[in-house]
Amino acid sequence: MALTLKLNGETHTVDAEPGTPLLWVIRDELKLTGTKFGCGVASCGACTVHVNGEPTRSCQTYVEDVEDAEITTIEAIGDDTIGAAVQQAWVELDVVQCGYCQSGQVMSAVGLLSENPKPSAEEIDAYMHGNACRCATYQRIRAGVQRASDILEA
Amino acid sequence: MTINTSRRGFLKGAAAAGAVLLVGVRTDGALAATTAETAQFNPFVKIDADGTVTAIVKHFEKGQGPATGLPTLIAEEIGLRMDQIEYEFAPSDPQVYNNLLFGPFQGTGGSTAMANSWLQYRQAGAAAREMLIAAAAQGWDVDTSDVTIEEGIIKAGDNSAPIREFVAAASQLEAPAEPRLKELSEFRLIGNDAVRRKDSAIKGNGQAMYAMDIHLPNQMIAMIKRPESRGGLAISFDDSVSKEVKGYINAAVLPNQAGVAVYAENTWAAIQARDALEVEWDMAEAETRHSDQIKAEILAALDAAPTYNVNKADVAAVSAAIDKADKVIEKTFYFPLLAHAPMEPLNCTIEQTADGNIVLHDGSQMPTGPHMAYQQIFGLPAEKIQINTMLAGGSFGRRATPDADYQVEAGLTFVVTDRSRPVKLVWTREDDMRSGYYRPAFGHKVRVGLDSDGNIVGWQHQVAGQSIMKGTAFESFAVHDGVDHSSIEGIADSPYKIPGMALGLTDTPKATSVLWWRSVGHTHTAYTMETMMDLAAKAAGRDPVEFRLAHLADDSDSDQRRKAAVLKLAVEKAGWGNAPAGRAQGIAVHKSFGSYAAQVVEVSGDPETGIRIEKVTCAVDCGIAVNPDVVRAQMEGGIGYGIGHVMRDQITLTNGAVDQFNFPDYEPLRIGDIAAIDVHIVPSAEAPTGVGEPGTPPSAPALANAINALSGVHVAELPMAENGVNFV
Repeated sequence: MALTLKLNGETHTVDAEPGTPLLWVIRDELKLTGTKFGCGVASCGACTVHVNGEPTRSCQTYVEDVEDAEITTIEAIGDDTIGAAVQQAWVELDVVQCGYCQSGQVMSAVGLLSENPKPSAEEIDAYMHGNACRCATYQRIRAGVQRASDILEA
Repeated sequence: MTINTSRRGFLKGAAAAGAVLLVGVRTDGALAATTAETAQFNPFVKIDADGTVTAIVKHFEKGQGPATGLPTLIAEEIGLRMDQIEYEFAPSDPQVYNNLLFGPFQGTGGSTAMANSWLQYRQAGAAAREMLIAAAAQGWDVDTSDVTIEEGIIKAGDNSAPIREFVAAASQLEAPAEPRLKELSEFRLIGNDAVRRKDSAIKGNGQAMYAMDIHLPNQMIAMIKRPESRGGLAISFDDSVSKEVKGYINAAVLPNQAGVAVYAENTWAAIQARDALEVEWDMAEAETRHSDQIKAEILAALDAAPTYNVNKADVAAVSAAIDKADKVIEKTFYFPLLAHAPMEPLNCTIEQTADGNIVLHDGSQMPTGPHMAYQQIFGLPAEKIQINTMLAGGSFGRRATPDADYQVEAGLTFVVTDRSRPVKLVWTREDDMRSGYYRPAFGHKVRVGLDSDGNIVGWQHQVAGQSIMKGTAFESFAVHDGVDHSSIEGIADSPYKIPGMALGLTDTPKATSVLWWRSVGHTHTAYTMETMMDLAAKAAGRDPVEFRLAHLADDSDSDQRRKAAVLKLAVEKAGWGNAPAGRAQGIAVHKSFGSYAAQVVEVSGDPETGIRIEKVTCAVDCGIAVNPDVVRAQMEGGIGYGIGHVMRDQITLTNGAVDQFNFPDYEPLRIGDIAAIDVHIVPSAEAPTGVGEPGTPPSAPALANAINALSGVHVAELPMAENGVNFV
């Protein structure tokens, strides 16, 4: 069935069955591959997108439930001031290794800084708990969030 | 990033751009340069007419850094800034892009990417530099010794020009046979902490293309329905319910009956259609054992005489010395099966081109494996098969199987179609967890005798587990006199001078498919060695650092000297012995893949209410650290990988089937698990050695030793969370 999605500021009409996870519509139909498939059960965070500004696991979000929402993916988060600061911090500190989880890490980090501009290490750990990184770049993710916070404060 | 689909295509593209300079090696190993497309010529360095320099990277990038490291070597030798060099992954060609340590085989593993490329890539860069300099010297009528290249600018006196002005002239010259390599003192990029990863930006903004991100026109998605237990064979299937899934195409039993391929228009349809598929299996030959049976077999083997006397020791004499010792420490260790669980689930895409070539798009760790397998599957000569290596979302060993498992699966999935549509084979996380290859379970039994002065008088060590290498193409490489070196590496060949070492090994029967897992045998040998060293020090009433140094006292032995040096550096940086109240420290040091790593783990809390890992301090000697920040990152990651698994992960089997499904029951390390990691690199003028794996082996024993120091609990069976130690 035809559905209308507002994604990255544009309106898209997609053909998807009800119950289809948003992740697969984004990846397979809209061909935006920055949003990653990691586990399919919302336990790794690689598929994180923003739905009305809230970090959301797209692998466990039915497409029909977000028809009226504003969806943002990694491809557009750099247009946002916080998103740009996080991406700048990620490059400055070379946070990434394999990089496969990092779209989700960036999306969650933006969510955190949106509600808490100056998070402590403990607050970062609590907020980012659901974003797994098998390369264990966590030390740099923590530093990256703090660096982005500094960039935004400057 | 440019995606290079074939060597021919890349060479044609280069030539079409006008004058180019290509420097590499011919199949006879000599340095060569050309401007023309020739069969025997394959470059490491490409310089386009516009002066763009591209490093052709023969190792795949799974995060460990060759897409930065190999360009660094070339940029250093030519005289470029890092922003003046690009990279492309090499095509599959085991004669030219082989791992020099693997023979005629292209592949990444054993932490060898930098070690085997160190001279080769510098030579290629140096040859390009000398050719550009010779061309400029001719053009300006000056002596070559007066010409330099810095930051991409060729200079001689008042003359100055960007590289592009001399690419055409340089490309007409013969490549120098032995170009001069720069001295350590001339390095500006190698060892420079300011050099950044070349793949950071694209991995932070969603532009990076992994194999999972391929979307070829008209492609089908394929998933495989596999038996619950390994060894089951598909007989037939009923897809009547699958047909109700919109986007389902069809299904086919694989030619080897290892499963049923389900084809669909998109990934979600494939997932649903596969779930709905009913398969009749022949389970007669399938694995039926439980993991407790496997464990019992291993423990029984430890109590029997070992099959192999690995270090040809006088076992009776060692045993007698221990019997007569003042103190004896005896421990039995058990290490469970572990999954690799790279973040990007396994996948690859295969297509047939108009001229009948087969092209595989893959985060390919050992391209030679599928390249050879596809010659059989498709009945084609090697030159009709191309492999496009893409970024890989982690591996930890999993993407390199001796039987090229998932690429062969993709080949079989494709060969049964009419090949008119590309097929993208996708594994889910559950496929990865339940149908994979595992770090084999291992047991160790160790008896150490101490004299009345606290000196070791005998170390009797038995190892039992399933061999990784036997029965694979790597057997001749890794198995000698029956001993699979990967089962026992890091024990008798440790730099420690241990009197009276007797090492025995018994292979246990095949339990499941096993595979190297980040740091291979060192995952269990380092844990055993380093926690036993601690227990021995404790029994001797000696400081664990001093006790280790006493076995690394021979300064004339570089192995002992370098191992002692990392130990001392880690101890100094960690403030050994000065942990804040309520905390305790543990130390471990281990050599693997040519590198030395020592770690101090500091913990608080207690095993019952929860241990907290406050800090890990690491010192590493990996020879010259080409990209120091990449080395630090690899240590950080290696530590996290090692600690995360010993904390709480294991793969168990019931009736031959894996019990774990996904991350909720194979919980990965999370951001809050390790509060801080601090890495220090020993300055060195030695050639580079491994960094991808050496950070992992000492991490788990250092944690175990810290927990023991804090609480008196020594964990000899893993994972810790299942054996009396909780974490917060």
